[in-house]
Amino acid sequence: MENILEVKNLNIDLITEKGNKKLIDNVSFNVGKKQSYGIVGESGCGKSITALAVMQLLSFPLKTSGGEINFHSEKESVNILSLKKNEIRKIRGKEISMIFQEPMTALDPIFTIERQIIEALKFHTDLNKKDMSDMALQMLKKVGIPRAEEILKEYPHQLSGGMLQRIMIAIALICKPKLLIADEPTTALDVTIQAQILDLMNELKTSFDTSIIMITHDLGVIAETCEKVAVFYAGQIVEETDVVTLFHNTAHPYTSGLLKAVTSLGDKSKNLFTIPGMVPAGGHMPKGCRFEERCNKKMKICKDKSPELIEIADGHKCRCWLYAESGDN
Amino acid sequence: MKNIIEILKGIINIIKQLLKDPIGRIGFIGVFIIVLLSIFAPKIAPYDITEMFTKSKLVSPNGEFIFGTDNFGRDVFSRIIYGAKVSLQVGIISVGISATFGYIFGIVAGYFEGVVDSIIMRFMDVLFAFPSILLALFIVSVLGPSLGNTMIAIGIVNTPVFTRTVRASVISVKSMEYITSAKSIGLKPINIILKHITPNILAPFTVQATLALSGAILTEASLSFLGLGIQPPDPSWGSMLSESRKYMERAPWLAIAPAVFIICTILSFNILGDSLRDVLDPKLKL
Repeated sequence: MENILEVKNLNIDLITEKGNKKLIDNVSFNVGKKQSYGIVGESGCGKSITALAVMQLLSFPLKTSGGEINFHSEKESVNILSLKKNEIRKIRGKEISMIFQEPMTALDPIFTIERQIIEALKFHTDLNKKDMSDMALQMLKKVGIPRAEEILKEYPHQLSGGMLQRIMIAIALICKPKLLIADEPTTALDVTIQAQILDLMNELKTSFDTSIIMITHDLGVIAETCEKVAVFYAGQIVEETDVVTLFHNTAHPYTSGLLKAVTSLGDKSKNLFTIPGMVPAGGHMPKGCRFEERCNKKMKICKDKSPELIEIADGHKCRCWLYAESGDN
Repeated sequence: MKNIIEILKGIINIIKQLLKDPIGRIGFIGVFIIVLLSIFAPKIAPYDITEMFTKSKLVSPNGEFIFGTDNFGRDVFSRIIYGAKVSLQVGIISVGISATFGYIFGIVAGYFEGVVDSIIMRFMDVLFAFPSILLALFIVSVLGPSLGNTMIAIGIVNTPVFTRTVRASVISVKSMEYITSAKSIGLKPINIILKHITPNILAPFTVQATLALSGAILTEASLSFLGLGIQPPDPSWGSMLSESRKYMERAPWLAIAPAVFIICTILSFNILGDSLRDVLDPKLKL
């Protein structure tokens, strides 16, 4: 499969007065054309800043300190990190666009929905106002908004969260981008609306031929939408594989912990499973494996040496000494 | 042309909403009357402001002289009406000066932060450290007392307040997700500032402007009271109040008339500012 996005050895630093702290450490992954790629992990593991880096949207005190992000559009292939500001602006919204976590705050409260949808069109195309309004209307219908004509003239605070997230999707897809980054698109919504939004995204993905990077902490969302998954822990990828393998042939102890922590209905007997301990804070990373302290399968080597991300089966990568051939017990 | 009509429609809409609120109505009508007084001053004033009725000095209010006459026998009512013009002029122009500079400095400091922010804000802190009347006094005494210089001085004195208000609002608006969202669809910083940040900081900005307007009128009155503002024989409420001091016991109406007008004007502007804020808040607009 051809790739649309190749992230190679990406490093992101947090600039502090006492020196730089590395938040993202040598992260590499590829997103294929028309693929849904999931990034899953706890809060603070660096999944959102990775997404922002892809759009070159990191602002002080965050900074990319190394690596490449290669984006292959139909016309050309570019390294996003080496683009100038006016060059990246032509990609944002047109080739790559983004959906945010909080639909309530991601829309400007003082403009009508119509104005916000056509804003991207105004910037990236030379259509006249009539055509842009028509496109906005059609787009709203596509994302399943009832009485779209009226909604166009309304303000964000008059609509519900689910509606606003649909509108966010409409804004993100209006220029037919090749890659859509969804940063926890369903976290702020209630469960029934979540399912609707995920269905909508799956549907639009096929009709628009868009690749999706789905960032979430919810393994249910991953199961529902993604083909390939990377599990992030403390700024590193600890496991990367296709979605079926992840759920049925889990390799990394952290991933199995996450899977066990998923709650299910009707299971009243036991307490909820939690992974003990906390994610190590950025800049204070242990010398050995970053998950060592919380791991239930730790060995002697884990404390002293950090494991590499190695391929343990075809297309299945894992960062753990359990699978390293060179790992002596 | 279309844009102008749209803007006018917007303004009419805002005024309509202002009039719905009983308190807003009071403020709006108060300001409206003062504006009318200053525009039609020559038509309304019964006498010339410099005309001296030597036979009737310090006459108490009566049918002929509504607010009485001063120590030169000049009609106090006419001078109050003309004074409204001076006060309003000083208020609007000096607030215009400070609002413009405050907006520019505040946007630049708040949006770009870093070194530019530090330089601008430290400079504003220095200006802010002086009591406003002292700083205005200093500027007027350097430039020389005149109406224009008074307005410049008051404009400079008020700039730090605007800069701070704008900067603080910009910083809070800038961290909203819709700004990141605007960046993510490819807008340039200038578009983000003009289209997303400016309209969203308009509410605190407008309130600050009306507050500063009343402050400016007060500062002008103080400067004139100290003899450094409007020069005689031009009337200003402040200088009239200042002159009335000597005749406080014999002719209290000389002090009461300008004082009441100063109070009413400032009150009207403050009330207007308060209800403007409510009207401009999109969340209260349903």
